[in-house]
Amino acid sequence: MISYAIYFGFACLALAFAFNLWRLLRGPTVGDRIIALDTMVINAIALIVLFGIVTNDGVAFEAALLLAMVGFVGTVAYCKFLLRGDIIE
Amino acid sequence: MIEPGFLAELFTSFLIVLGAGFALVGSWGLVRLPTLMERLHGPTKATTLGLGGILLASVMFFQLTQGAWSAHELLVSIFLFITAPISANMVAKVHLHEERLSETVSVGSAAGKVPASPGAGDWATYEAPHRDTPVTTSDK
Repeated sequence: MISYAIYFGFACLALAFAFNLWRLLRGPTVGDRIIALDTMVINAIALIVLFGIVTNDGVAFEAALLLAMVGFVGTVAYCKFLLRGDIIE
Repeated sequence: MIEPGFLAELFTSFLIVLGAGFALVGSWGLVRLPTLMERLHGPTKATTLGLGGILLASVMFFQLTQGAWSAHELLVSIFLFITAPISANMVAKVHLHEERLSETVSVGSAAGKVPASPGAGDWATYEAPHRDTPVTTSDK
């Protein structure tokens, strides 16, 4: 039963990735592209966690945690650059 | 008589389906909603909640198969729940500044234009800090 739920989860997340990619390419403003990339990172974390459930090992969570941190720092750095023209002042 | 293992498996499957559904709804909101301020709602609320559901499912699954509680997933979800509002706030500020710079009106938005600040000054993100603005609020 869990395997069917995981198939469903992979399908949903793949579709969500397609939607994010559409918004990333379409724009129209820079903020849209930033939020699309941020959502892609969150969906990638969800995919990694599901993959960890499939392979039944805990190594995937280290990758998920790293991706969560790097994704947040990336989003803030993009916004900071657009707001102030510099990232670390 | 339903055995407890079956119920745990059912609950894990339910959490996975719920989480993936919410992630999909959040991304669909990112595509569907008309302006950036509205589009921010989808990823910051629905997708974060969906990821929380998947992480809870992962906790349940590893408890089910290996009989051990793991805290890694909770670490990821706490970190995401803390950081999602901050990144949304930053993107909203970028949007406000871009809109003021280019003087463009958001077309077809239910929310309309950015309203004027209720106080004497402008919205805080447009202004430099005032002279009596406290640097911290901890020593009040």
